[in-house]
Amino acid sequence: MRAIIESEPFILAITVLSFWIGLVINKKWNRPITSPILIAVVILIPILLLLNIDYETYEQNTHLITFLLGPTVVALGYNMHKQFDAIKANLIPILLTVFVGSLVGVLSVMGICLIFKAPIEVMVSMEPKSVTMPIALGISARSGGILSLTAVSVATCGIFGSVIGPWLLDKLKIKSHVAKGLAMGAAAHGVGTGRAMQMGRIEGAVAGMAIGLMGVFTAVIIPVIEAVTQS
Amino acid sequence: MKGILILLSYLIVGEGISMLINHFVPGNVIGMVLLFASLQAKIVKPESVEKVSEFLTKNMTIMFLPPSIGLIASYKILGNNIVTIVLAIVVSTMLVLAVVGRLMDKLDKTDESNN
Repeated sequence: MRAIIESEPFILAITVLSFWIGLVINKKWNRPITSPILIAVVILIPILLLLNIDYETYEQNTHLITFLLGPTVVALGYNMHKQFDAIKANLIPILLTVFVGSLVGVLSVMGICLIFKAPIEVMVSMEPKSVTMPIALGISARSGGILSLTAVSVATCGIFGSVIGPWLLDKLKIKSHVAKGLAMGAAAHGVGTGRAMQMGRIEGAVAGMAIGLMGVFTAVIIPVIEAVTQS
Repeated sequence: MKGILILLSYLIVGEGISMLINHFVPGNVIGMVLLFASLQAKIVKPESVEKVSEFLTKNMTIMFLPPSIGLIASYKILGNNIVTIVLAIVVSTMLVLAVVGRLMDKLDKTDESNN
């Protein structure tokens, strides 16, 4: 029985099942809080605890899914190419805005962690929290971060950003479709982009572009900040 | 099949360049930028990577699930710093949303808000 429970097909099956339930619930009640990933986490964690599957075993048996993150990052280059026309008219403002957004994202996390005297590994784990997961994991690993904390921060940031984003942007009276999409993609990566796609075609395309740009800028900004502060 | 091969090739080249620059920037990011540049320069035909890219990026969210489950392993350091972590995520995410939204709203040259 144990051999079956800890086998790759079984672990992949409960992972896909949890996510699929998340998708079904999200389709039925399409609210930000019914994000498929949030539902999947809430379903899957008790199942793993109940079946006594530790994270190491779980991680090893889901490498088939996590491996795809690498090629998926490369595939984002195709998305950027396809959506490039949507941002061409605004190219320089968009590059500038996402660059500023990336700086704000990293520096605000650093500031709060320094004020609260959090351990350095907590800080570097959270710095790329607005960056899409595979890129964030690479950045965090490079800085000596705790990967699971990065994963949780990125996931939480995505969920929180996609929940609060439309409300906050509305409160700030932001009208431009480009601005809305860019904010969603820059702050809440893939999850925010999923939400932006529901907001509109332009929002979705621009948000997709923002994911890539945010990833590139943050991947460069963090090592530069580290080099400057360490010298 | 060709699409998968192209994506993997760019990933390998990206990782190689990353290694040369001492992993200053992750290899998959370099691969992404190179693929984007190659598509823009028409070195790679968009159709050749279209299907696999759309499949991967459309189903990307499930790939976030296994790392998120890391919660069950990292709950201790998470618990000890929970206030800082929650505050950093909430404040920083809202700041990025507000700054990017506001700045872009001001700089937006196309008047799409009237559409």
